[in-house]
Amino acid sequence: MKQAELAAETRLSVASERDIVRARMRGRAMAVELGFPAVTATLVATAISELARNILLYARRGEIALWVLERGGRRGIEIVAGDDGPGIHDVTRALQDGYSTSGRLGLGLPGVRRLMDAFEISSRPGVGTSVRVQKWND
Amino acid sequence: MQVPILKQGPYLIATIQSALTDADMIELRDALVERVGSNRSQGVIIDVTALDVMDSFATGTLQDVAHMVRLRGAETVIVGIQPDVAFAMVHMGLNLEGVATSLDLEEGLAYLDRSTNAATGR
Repeated sequence: MKQAELAAETRLSVASERDIVRARMRGRAMAVELGFPAVTATLVATAISELARNILLYARRGEIALWVLERGGRRGIEIVAGDDGPGIHDVTRALQDGYSTSGRLGLGLPGVRRLMDAFEISSRPGVGTSVRVQKWND
Repeated sequence: MQVPILKQGPYLIATIQSALTDADMIELRDALVERVGSNRSQGVIIDVTALDVMDSFATGTLQDVAHMVRLRGAETVIVGIQPDVAFAMVHMGLNLEGVATSLDLEEGLAYLDRSTNAATGR
């Protein structure tokens, strides 16, 4: 999924609830700057909110990186949520609706997957988790 | 408190005015559940017009508010969910099941008048 990167990387540290709000607002602003319609910008902001909360909830701190993508005249945003936390033991289950180890709704990760055009997760127990998603303006 | 709660007759009206942190959402939940008792309110309106996103946490917390308020003997209605936010919620699979919603404050008040027998005579 790395084929179409443009510069403009923004790295946002996530270590508090305030950072969740900050990250999703930055993502929305970026989407609007790129000419995404408001509805798509809201999808981007919502996905960032879920990913940032997962970082805080499971790893306590981590980072959200935002990239501008371009492919064939189309623009997109890539969001990479990374942490050095405990990792996810069962990724397949974490992507199932209703599954949560935190006692919440369990719709976070599967919800993000449905909001985005591309979704990739890699996680190693004891090493950390990285979720990479893309949303294109079409 | 990030969210002002106004008493209007038998109802409480909480108007969210900016993006809220998770802690702000929890604080709002607890304040409403408490004030339903201290004000002997029959209904609660939460206006989310200015809320930037309704993610799984916000949705879950609003659902908790509605259920807790009902256990305290009052009704809750969420008003002002914006079209973009509704679109995102549907795509995520978030549905606020079991929670009343109305278009705006006016419709929310009308809903409470119908469902609580506490008509304000507006």
